[in-house]
Amino acid sequence: MSTRGETLLWVAQRASAALLALCVVVHLATMIYAIQGGLTAAEILGRTRGNLGWLVFYSVFIAAVVVHVPIGLRPVLGEWLEWRGTSREVFLVALALVLAVLGMRAVLGVFG
Amino acid sequence: MTQLRVRVWRGGADGGFQPFAVPRQASQTVLDAVTYIQRVLDPTLAYRFACRVGMCGSCAMTVNGVARWTCRTHVDKVARDGRLEIAPLRSLPVVRDLVTEMRGFFDKWSRAEGVFRGARSRRDAFERVAPRSAQRLNVEAGIECIGCAVCYASCDVVAQNPEYLGPAALNRAWTLLNDVRDVAQAERLRAVAGDAGCHACHSQMGCTERCPKGIAPTASIAGLKRAAMRALLAGEL
Ligand code: SF4
Ligand code: SF4
Ligand code: FES
Repeated sequence: MSTRGETLLWVAQRASAALLALCVVVHLATMIYAIQGGLTAAEILGRTRGNLGWLVFYSVFIAAVVVHVPIGLRPVLGEWLEWRGTSREVFLVALALVLAVLGMRAVLGVFG
Repeated sequence: MTQLRVRVWRGGADGGFQPFAVPRQASQTVLDAVTYIQRVLDPTLAYRFACRVGMCGSCAMTVNGVARWTCRTHVDKVARDGRLEIAPLRSLPVVRDLVTEMRGFFDKWSRAEGVFRGARSRRDAFERVAPRSAQRLNVEAGIECIGCAVCYASCDVVAQNPEYLGPAALNRAWTLLNDVRDVAQAERLRAVAGDAGCHACHSQMGCTERCPKGIAPTASIAGLKRAAMRALLAGEL
């Protein structure tokens, strides 16, 4: 990949890592707080259904995952499996799409 | 007199270890042990050294599994139960015995634009460089590299991706990037920010842990990443 492309990926990886750090902390803190009186599906849905704040939060979380995972997997495939070149990039874009679809399906599932 | 039991790599890549018994001496270095073998036990042993005082960078070998400069490594520090295993450096083709082909290593310095490119001639005045300026301090941190390739042989990314420029070449590029007299910075950044350049580094500091000169190539590479990012955002990459 080009110099610009590599640098862009690095910036995206840094930025998505910063977002993930924040999202994971909020996510875990909420879980620990919410679980105290026992955990039921109804309670979770009661919190997330129709709540725009959680919709936006988890959409950002998913976006960060969609960016971060494929970029992180890229050198692993290159160094461990010697998989480089166009086919690897196509696979990673496909993986990003799958993550986006599955993630947003779950987010919309608890929102709607 | 006690004896050191030394196993030394013989032959090329498909060679093997040969055992020798070397008399133990006070303040003996690993290079002393190798030299004893070559002078007294087997004159056909091939190895490299020049300065014997940690300046030339030619004596690096793998000692008990770890890349080291052998002229400044005391046997006391590395021998286990009076045993030494001495092999050529990792990730470099073996020529014979303890000698590796260094061409690929230094070719990468050129590929990383590790050559100074100035614009002044000897008729111009000297450039003034403030000794405590941030850039000069960056240069200072990396400039004492002796080109021994210990970092290179200690880097797992080099081992897994033969194209990777490696810690020494990237550290060299970083010292030049901080040289205010150099006029080829855009080319240099393009040379080091590609597929096999600074972004391939895992930042796990194997190089920094092993560099005998106390240089931190990991920090230099992180500097290159930041410089590449700034150039990208400024539309200069
Ligand atoms: S920090 Fe980077 S250059 Fe140094 S050993 Fe690790 S991967 Fe190699
Ligand atoms: S950075 Fe250190 S280990 Fe690497 S070649 Fe230079 S002196 Fe040797
Ligand atoms: S012989 Fe010169 S650095 Fe060891």
